Amino acid sequence: MDVLTENFSLYGRGLLGTVELTVYASLLALALGFVMASFRVAPVGSLRAFGTVWVAVLRNTPLTLLFFAVLLGLPRFGLVLPFQLFAVLALGCYTSAFICEAVRSGINTVPVGQGEAARSLGMTFGQTLGGVVLPQAFRSVIPPIGSTLIALAKNSAIAGSFSVTELLGTYKTLNELGYSIIWSFVWIAVGYLIVTLTISALFNVLEKRWGVAR
Amino acid sequence: MAVDPLIELRDVNKHFGSLHVLRDINLTVGRGEVVVVIGPSGSGKSTLCRTVNRLEPVDSGTILLDGRPLPEEGKSLARLRAEVGMVFQSFNLFAHKSVLENVSLAQIKVRGRKKEQAEARSRELLERVGLAAHAGKYPAQLSGGQQQRVAIARALAMDPKALLFDEPTSALDPEMINEVLEVMRQLARDGMTMVVVTHEMGFARSAANRVVFMADGSIVEDRAPEEFFTAPESDRAKDFLSKILKH
Repeated sequence: MDVLTENFSLYGRGLLGTVELTVYASLLALALGFVMASFRVAPVGSLRAFGTVWVAVLRNTPLTLLFFAVLLGLPRFGLVLPFQLFAVLALGCYTSAFICEAVRSGINTVPVGQGEAARSLGMTFGQTLGGVVLPQAFRSVIPPIGSTLIALAKNSAIAGSFSVTELLGTYKTLNELGYSIIWSFVWIAVGYLIVTLTISALFNVLEKRWGVAR
Repeated sequence: MAVDPLIELRDVNKHFGSLHVLRDINLTVGRGEVVVVIGPSGSGKSTLCRTVNRLEPVDSGTILLDGRPLPEEGKSLARLRAEVGMVFQSFNLFAHKSVLENVSLAQIKVRGRKKEQAEARSRELLERVGLAAHAGKYPAQLSGGQQQRVAIARALAMDPKALLFDEPTSALDPEMINEVLEVMRQLARDGMTMVVVTHEMGFARSAANRVVFMADGSIVEDRAPEEFFTAPESDRAKDFLSKILKH
């Protein structure tokens, strides 16, 4: 217990770092994921190809490798950003590939006739997708997107190895101060639980509100 | 025949893989004309119907609407589709929207009408198909016949030049078929140009100006309904009619 009370601000900063990484990277992942899913079902071949390559590359690259590529690679091309922003980019892009596939599977649950009806009324691809298909797809993708964002929250621990302040990284300091390694980790685990259970609760509410009513 | 052609198909061919589903189709539908397309299943009649608003692209040949060829893709195709309403076998009402929203959605998004204006028009059309009392319900709360009448109202809301019906009563319980056919008969009387793929021979006899009989992807006969039903020319049509009219 002492570990927590005596290092409350350290834990607090760590937790805040993890929450920030999770929130910003989630927003980026959701935005990119929806865009890429639209690309993958678009009538334009080049957009479909772009979406496919995006998913194939990001989903199949180990996240740590992606962090190295972003944090060490981008500065070589003259793009120097704060490490936290780099971490959000890496996490967000990586997770967007999974969101994209969840959304695409949701789109596939919507009967073809819904899109055909919209098109037969003269609605454009964008109107059909945004007004008819995605709202119905959204209902069935809430649970898998929730899981993906929980995975993102836990993946954010990798950012700690790249000098970004986040929860897991606090153990190094605590260890140097001579605290019990076990209790340090117990409280870190509790911190992650707070984040992930919050995401779970949020998605439970969303599912109750918007989930498929049959 | 048709003095004022609205829909013209010229030498249209289409394949699904190795299957030749439309063979050299030539068909003209005049303004205000009701053309019923019948034929055995797999004869290509639904595909024919779907090519007219390019839900199915064709391999060769031209399709003209009001004298202009169908655009390839994109905005101009969308604009053209708004001119040709379509009613589907499985209704395809937007499941997440109320009946009123179903009829109003495309009026707002495609025709750019104001919400109140669109809803007033929707209520007028729902009244016409006898469903004004159900405006606030969701499609799943309606019977098949009611859903199909909403779908007709939704198509009419775009003020289309023509309506395509792709087996509009095939998914309905027998006692609901008539309420839908009655709405279609009324449309025919009001002078709407209609292409109707159906198995309802009674409707073909009473409401159609012409009957088009298709088999194996080709148009075999194209005649006035009374002539067709009493004296079919081709063996294929005789065979088809003998099978369905005996019951």
